[in-house]
Amino acid sequence: MKDTTLVVAGMATLAAGTYAFRLSGQLLRARISFPPRVTKLLEGAAVILLAALVATTALTQGHGFSGVARPVGVLIGGVLAWRKAPFLVVVIAAAGVTAGLRLLGVP
Amino acid sequence: MSSIRRTLEGSVLRDIALTCLAVLFIGLSYGAIAVASGFPLWVPAAQSVLVLAGASEFLFIGIVAAGGNPFAAALAGLLVNSRHLPYGLALPPGVTGRGWRRVFGTHLMNDESVVFALAQEDLPRKRAAYLACGIGVLICWPGGAVLGALIGSAVHDTNAFGLDAMFPAVILALIVPELRERVTMRAALVGAAVALIATPFLPAGLPVLLALAAVLLLLRAAPGDREPGGVPRGDHQPQAAP
Repeated sequence: MKDTTLVVAGMATLAAGTYAFRLSGQLLRARISFPPRVTKLLEGAAVILLAALVATTALTQGHGFSGVARPVGVLIGGVLAWRKAPFLVVVIAAAGVTAGLRLLGVP
Repeated sequence: MSSIRRTLEGSVLRDIALTCLAVLFIGLSYGAIAVASGFPLWVPAAQSVLVLAGASEFLFIGIVAAGGNPFAAALAGLLVNSRHLPYGLALPPGVTGRGWRRVFGTHLMNDESVVFALAQEDLPRKRAAYLACGIGVLICWPGGAVLGALIGSAVHDTNAFGLDAMFPAVILALIVPELRERVTMRAALVGAAVALIATPFLPAGLPVLLALAAVLLLLRAAPGDREPGGVPRGDHQPQAAP
């Protein structure tokens, strides 16, 4: 690690800024009284964010494709979740399928 | 904690515990990667407690290790964490706690705690789920990171165990109940597609924010049922009056 002071300053910036993001959405929500329809929309927006997060973390690595093993594992986990399999089964299946595919030489 | 146990059903608590276990495993790889990239143990340890947002920490470590400026790395991490603002908008007031408790509760906001809170029916349960998951992650993420940094090279190739598939699988499993609503499913799919198309071209974090454009699909979805908050429905239907 090159310059400790600079790294600490960077870490502090990231920590403080992240806290500010966490707080500001709530403050905004408390100030304005949203009609129920908008409230439902905001919840929908959170689901869209999470879905996009699933897609990008499953399929991409940096700016490129993550390889086949991980998205296939996540997809199988998703199918199991859709068929109401227990949470533990979903998570272990996703990791297990991904690990198994890699063992077979699938990237 | 005993009040959390009373408020939440056993199955919810079990799912939260499993989610935290998955977070611990991801933390292991984070700590291991950080020390392998040349950082002393205290860097992932401090960051995992103070930032408490995994993806941005991986990014920060990666950029600085590659010789990037730490402030540039912090800005990139903040871009990734900007999704916490819409999360705060989505949570009903009071979920993160009231008064001074909210100072602490706010710090517990992350993908997992938000999704568990949204899934519960009423405010007490939302608050209990948010707290339980948030505190669990606060213990497991730094715990995993420190453990990973200590074991170091032994867990270096965590990808071999498919651990990188855990985070997306956990979040996906948690949003599946919401996705059963067809309108939400369609918007989520479009949002995911937008994020994927944008990923090669935009810095990390922005593609996920861009996915929010899919909210428009939710807007258009139900033009008929706007009575609860907006103009009373009766005003639009004068012919219905006798």
